[in-house]
Amino acid sequence: MFLINCPFCGEREQSEFKAGGEAHIVRPKQPTELSDDQWAEYLFMRKNIKGIQFERWNHIHGCRKWFNMVRDTSNDEIKAVYKMGEKPPVK
Amino acid sequence: MTKNLRVKSSKLVDETYRISFKFNGTTYYGFKGDTLASALLANNIHLVGRSFKYHRPRGIMTAGSEEPNAIVQLHNGTSRTEPNVRATEIEIYEGLVASSQNCWPSVKFDIGGINNFLSPLLPAGFYYKTFMWPASFWEKYEYFIRKSAGLGKSPEVPDPDIYEHKYIHCDVLIIGAGISGIIAAKTAAKNGFKTLLVEEKSYLGGSTIYQDSEFFKINNQSTASWLEKEINEIKKIENLEIKTRTSVAAFHGYNFLLARENLIDHLPLEQRENKTRQKLLKIRAKKVITATGSIERPLIFDNNDRPGILLSSAVKKYADLFGVACGEKNILFTNNDSAYETAISLIQKGIKVQAIIDNREEVDSKLIKETEKNNIKIYKGYTIVDTFGYKRINSVSIMKLSQDGQKVIGSKENISCDSLGISGGWTPAVHLFTQSGGKLKFRNDDQVFIPNTYPSNQISIGSCNGDFTLDEILMNALKLLKEFLNIKKTEYENIELYSAFNKSKRNIWLLPSNKIVGKTKSFVDFQNDATAKDIKLALREGFRSIEHVKRYTTTGMGTDQGKLGNMHALGIISETASSKMGELGTTTFRPPYTPLTFGTIVGRNVGKYFDIIRKTPIHEWHVKNKAEFENVGQWKRAWYYPQNGENMHQAVQRESKAARDSAGILDASTLGKIDIQGTDASEFLNRVYTNAWSKLEIGKCRYGLMLNEDGMVYDDGVTTRLDENHYIMTTTTGGAATVLNKMEDYLQTEWPELDVYLTSVTDHYATISICGPNSKKIIQKVIPEIDLSDKDFPHMSFKNSKIGKMKCRVMRISFTGEQSYEINIQANYAKSVWENCMEAGKEFNITPYGTETMHLLRAEKGFIIVGQDTDATMTPIDLQMDWIVSKKKFDFIGKRSLYRSDTIREDRKQLVGLITDNPKEILEEGAQIVADINKTPIEMLGHVTSSYFSPNLNKSIALGVIKGGKNMMGQKLIIPMEKKLINVTVTDPVFLDKENKRLNA
Ligand SMILES: [Zn+2]
Repeated sequence: MFLINCPFCGEREQSEFKAGGEAHIVRPKQPTELSDDQWAEYLFMRKNIKGIQFERWNHIHGCRKWFNMVRDTSNDEIKAVYKMGEKPPVK
Repeated sequence: MTKNLRVKSSKLVDETYRISFKFNGTTYYGFKGDTLASALLANNIHLVGRSFKYHRPRGIMTAGSEEPNAIVQLHNGTSRTEPNVRATEIEIYEGLVASSQNCWPSVKFDIGGINNFLSPLLPAGFYYKTFMWPASFWEKYEYFIRKSAGLGKSPEVPDPDIYEHKYIHCDVLIIGAGISGIIAAKTAAKNGFKTLLVEEKSYLGGSTIYQDSEFFKINNQSTASWLEKEINEIKKIENLEIKTRTSVAAFHGYNFLLARENLIDHLPLEQRENKTRQKLLKIRAKKVITATGSIERPLIFDNNDRPGILLSSAVKKYADLFGVACGEKNILFTNNDSAYETAISLIQKGIKVQAIIDNREEVDSKLIKETEKNNIKIYKGYTIVDTFGYKRINSVSIMKLSQDGQKVIGSKENISCDSLGISGGWTPAVHLFTQSGGKLKFRNDDQVFIPNTYPSNQISIGSCNGDFTLDEILMNALKLLKEFLNIKKTEYENIELYSAFNKSKRNIWLLPSNKIVGKTKSFVDFQNDATAKDIKLALREGFRSIEHVKRYTTTGMGTDQGKLGNMHALGIISETASSKMGELGTTTFRPPYTPLTFGTIVGRNVGKYFDIIRKTPIHEWHVKNKAEFENVGQWKRAWYYPQNGENMHQAVQRESKAARDSAGILDASTLGKIDIQGTDASEFLNRVYTNAWSKLEIGKCRYGLMLNEDGMVYDDGVTTRLDENHYIMTTTTGGAATVLNKMEDYLQTEWPELDVYLTSVTDHYATISICGPNSKKIIQKVIPEIDLSDKDFPHMSFKNSKIGKMKCRVMRISFTGEQSYEINIQANYAKSVWENCMEAGKEFNITPYGTETMHLLRAEKGFIIVGQDTDATMTPIDLQMDWIVSKKKFDFIGKRSLYRSDTIREDRKQLVGLITDNPKEILEEGAQIVADINKTPIEMLGHVTSSYFSPNLNKSIALGVIKGGKNMMGQKLIIPMEKKLINVTVTDPVFLDKENKRLNA
């Protein structure tokens, strides 16, 4: 079980958090102008990487804030956490 | 043949404290400190069970948690009976009753033993091969397999014991209190670390604590007495917590570990009352030091599984620690020096050693010399090729090994015995290390896997790190500790060590025999009856991956996870397939390290504590008035209120009639309530609901439908505009938390520019809903100051008001189709307001109704329930609710998905009403709907989602979803049931008052 460093609260048990899928998928500003395929790309297609993955997490049983995490899925190492809207601090 | 094999005084047992226990119906005696295994051995009992597949007689093999064979059923009454208890771990107590499992009718005469003679028919993969065909035979096979291969019986009544969970946070956790663990604990604690030391056994010191001879010394004392002093010292250290009988079950990432602390299983039964049986410790450690030691390897030769064959280290431990001889004529069989340590212990205790058979040809060792001094015959360069004795070993056949160790040569010699101790060297116990994500490397010198890379802040020390001799252990452990704890020196810097142990070993994974492999039974996995022959067969059949061989042969898949024989399986694979050991990898060790009871896993979360129970503030009134309750999420909701012996149907008919004829009252407090404030609140609602919100006047209410981004209906409810920038949203009971989370998600991640604040106020307000033609009169009595005229307070509007001094919000909204008012009041006043309403409504026969009646009333009106009439595949268009989807709004969640090629299909399942030809026939919810029953396969058009008998319409009504249902109005369809066909007609889903006259009546 991870120890997650919430950017707002500090280190907390994983059980306080909820994972929210892939990060940095921006909701299209004008969905009506998208083709079915383009909309489906936004709606359904997600990466499932062995290695460095960018994820959304929510400190749901804490400050309730959403934030981003960079995690190596091959060994569960958390490389970084950062606030929504910020650029990932690692590649 | 009961004998007393108790020898001189021992380290652990208290011979002044005698304990009686029963095994397979006979009473025996042991002493305090004995395990069931040591007490049985003292009574000369080796045969304790039958093997899983061949039902071969099996005895105690080890003295620890790695035991594959001696697993028994404990009987402490029907509720406390426990299967699969390792006899080597359970400490005896007065009143213990145990029996063999996996044998029928008895351990001495076992019907399944016939499998042993049929074994040519039971090769590797026999489960897969045999039972695949013919498929119809499977049920028969299963019956016999279950009967003859059961691994014990589980209790059939609830577990009466108390279990707890506890979180522990520490700086340093040390797993295992052998010599390395003790040194580590003392060093960590003395350097100021908050330290926790856990040990699975009842005593500290591991195997060193009974290593009492002149051949192993620290600072010129025997290792045992040196360690004893250390133990006495660490017990006094304040920041060091020591937990014995505590075994680590799982080592997860980020140094999170689960351990089971066993508190009462060793106590006499009468001392256990009202005490916690086991604690599941959830440990988060900044640093972890694994010092789990090593497990002795068996040797793999023909018939190496007979009762009386034990690990050599177990023979030593039973003698030293428990004062028990495993036999009167002992033979030891080894490929390394360990067996000589055993021999010396046995000699010290006056136990006869018949002979030692050593694979090694020439070794120079002080231990061997000492053994030879005692006139013990040592066969150097020999191997055992067979053993004899059905229920107990009585002799062995030995032959000389060829130079390369691949063959046997010369003639056979027989030696009689009643016990055989075997040693194939040692395997580091790396199970927990690998669970944590650690990677191993293979050390060719002595053919062991040892820790290589650590995934978290941890180290392994001692023999689990591949350091087996006293000097290696101490030197390496101290070096590692200093680095790991970042300290300059320890108090062990100038320690003097003496060890007579010679590290040489002659490793042969599968010992040669004078028979061909196919004719031998050389067991690799004793619990699952996997032999060397099986592994070779799997390789011949093309399996290469160790994980595949494991599953095909079931090697390592028992409750012991193959702690003894996994290495040999790998070795045999590598030799047969000519691949390198290090490249094969190992199989994955999974938690738990040793099995856990379910009680420990669930802790206190049993019975009514299984989940949180939420009750409304009016709950006690419902209880007093004999409501039946239903669970809605975590909520207890009043379901219906039976009177005078009514059943549910009768109660619901009465309640629904009263609600439409005069007045009904419902506790709607469980509906989710979210307070929405901010200058962008209206814009926010525009984006989360399908309809438009900007123009909603202050004081008005509106029904809203919320979609997922995929266009499917997610939740619904009424939202009221309290003020310019202030709304109160209601959600479904089950959806309250997820709706709030979803809206927070969008606010924080997609629309951070919006000035909107969300607060859950579900628990702050209670909601009392009164409906029916007389509802207005009742509300007027309860709140005299409010103007309820239709002009001033029309349907879908809201007013702030007061009941006495209590502020309340009144909404005129309806989920039943009747004129209806909701009073929202601070939760702690709710019960008295409810009672006021009941009093005021008495003259109108106000009738409390539950969720069942609510569902019926709304179904009459064709209102959907999200989650009952919808699943995650229904769009608002499918629900025939096009009217609620704004065409003008630029965007809202899910809008784009409503015209994807899939969502605009005409033949999607759509919500319709269903009327049965026979008005008395009530459909079953979930029943399939078809058009043509003669077509094969029958085409399923849809299913019934809601169904009731409506007392107000005096007929059966139902809602359902049907492919292309929108265009099927008036069509006849069929609902096939088990014994009949029900004819229905598709209708509009609104059955009652299509013109909404009643709302404004
Ligand atoms: Zn937080």
